[in-house]
Amino acid sequence: MTDAAMDISSRAFRPGTSDAEIEAAAAKAVTHRRRTVIFWRVAILVAFLGLWEVAARLAWIDPFFYAMPSAIALRLYEWTTEGTSEGPLWYHLYVTMEEAVIGFVTGSIAGIIIGVALGRNRMAADIFSIYIKVINSIPRVVLAPIFIMILGLGLASKVALAFVMVFFVVFHNAFQGVREADRAMIANARILGASNWQLTRSVIVPSAMSWIFASLHVSFGFAIIGAIVGEFVGSRYGIGLLINIAKGSFDAAGMYAAIVIVMVVALGAEYLMTMVEDRLAKWRPQPLHETQ
Amino acid sequence: MAAAKTVPAIELINVSRRFLSPTGKSLTALRDFTMTVERGEFVAVVGPTGCGKSTTLNLITGLASPSAGEVRVMGGPVKGIDPRIGFVFQTDALFPWRTVIENVMAGPLFRGKPMPQAQASARDWLSRVGLSRFEQHYPHQLSGGMRKRVALAQTFINGPEILLMDEPFSALDVQTRVLMHEELLRLWSEAKASVVFVTHDLEEAIALADKVYVLTAGPATVKSVYTIDLPRPRIVADIRYEQNFIDYSRTIWADLKEEVETSYARAAA
Repeated sequence: MTDAAMDISSRAFRPGTSDAEIEAAAAKAVTHRRRTVIFWRVAILVAFLGLWEVAARLAWIDPFFYAMPSAIALRLYEWTTEGTSEGPLWYHLYVTMEEAVIGFVTGSIAGIIIGVALGRNRMAADIFSIYIKVINSIPRVVLAPIFIMILGLGLASKVALAFVMVFFVVFHNAFQGVREADRAMIANARILGASNWQLTRSVIVPSAMSWIFASLHVSFGFAIIGAIVGEFVGSRYGIGLLINIAKGSFDAAGMYAAIVIVMVVALGAEYLMTMVEDRLAKWRPQPLHETQ
Repeated sequence: MAAAKTVPAIELINVSRRFLSPTGKSLTALRDFTMTVERGEFVAVVGPTGCGKSTTLNLITGLASPSAGEVRVMGGPVKGIDPRIGFVFQTDALFPWRTVIENVMAGPLFRGKPMPQAQASARDWLSRVGLSRFEQHYPHQLSGGMRKRVALAQTFINGPEILLMDEPFSALDVQTRVLMHEELLRLWSEAKASVVFVTHDLEEAIALADKVYVLTAGPATVKSVYTIDLPRPRIVADIRYEQNFIDYSRTIWADLKEEVETSYARAAA
């Protein structure tokens, strides 16, 4: 394998090499590198799952607590084909996603609006910053029981929790993004004739966009945390409820299966977000994250 | 009417500008600064680095206000940002998320022109600076000189009567800079605007301007004013080899050199 890479470099440095040859060698090196990365990624996953399975079967670790990959896969299969003891899996997933998505969308819209507003208004920022700091210092999950008490076991309490989880992250980034907007660019827009509102809309917000997007990436995960913690504390449906029931019946495989489902959903959302960001940020010289 | 014609485009009368440093100390950037720019005149301002050259421009735009003295634009006092003023920045001030044509259209759209009109006018200006083929490019896809030409189009499209330029070409390589000088002189002679061109490059100042103001090391005040009597239209690439040019250059440099040395000694101390 390493032979091929060495071969390429020596061929590229030989005098009289044509462009086509160099390009072909470079393309080959890129493919080779990508294959190596994928190979090791898969290998590590297989080794990890295999070791887990073997350890559980040979009773190095207690399968009662740690379950084993085959049992988790079986549980996932049962859930998807026969449904859970609490009804169809899809319905639980739908409920959790609904809570997370509504909390994410409302939380990020509110975070962007208030972040930009305070970023543009120094006086308001000075006045409110102390309250935001105080509220921000509350660990968000302790609010779950309060929201459930006030808003009940249904959708509203989970959305509220996802909202507060998302809001502060997006708010901070939007605020910072506005503050970091280039001064020359702002002066340029004002001299070109931009009113305050035009300045905010067509200069400040776009230039804060990469900051805002950075926060949106993490905050969808936070929205899911909010929804699931809310479901732990009290709910009738949702992935959090499934985990809670699995815990109550000492069903380790069930708990891990629920975690796998959440993982897949979160990764899917992240992928989607990256796609949207790439679409919106086509003006940028190169994306800040590495494409996979 | 005859009286209005004779009113200078820009007057700074005994202007001082002080501001507070982060530690709360008062710093003086400009002291008893007096300058007059006639209609259609091209004035260059040279001075040692950090002496307060850019401050003069900010006072004229209304982005900053004087601590003492008076700034008048077209005979009237400066109140906020004047729509008759155009500004070309030293750094890249284009909007990177907009295409070239969207950047050029920004001014007319901000000022409430309808979209088709703004677009047509932007196309016209892009062709004048030779960038018609790059309408749909983003700024990061262009070279430094091309970006500067977009900035010129973006400024000239508003039809400014006063053009302020803050070391606009200092980041360009020497060859591109000469091309940009030609470009600027051509656009200026068509637009007939009054120009204040701030630079630290004396040759650039002499090649372009009707009048060169030499400033003292900070706090800046006017040290001397030279009228550059070189015929127009000028070929910037060749003018620097003419005897007149060399004479001006030698005289003004002798003057400027003292200030540069003062400024340098102060920074080193």
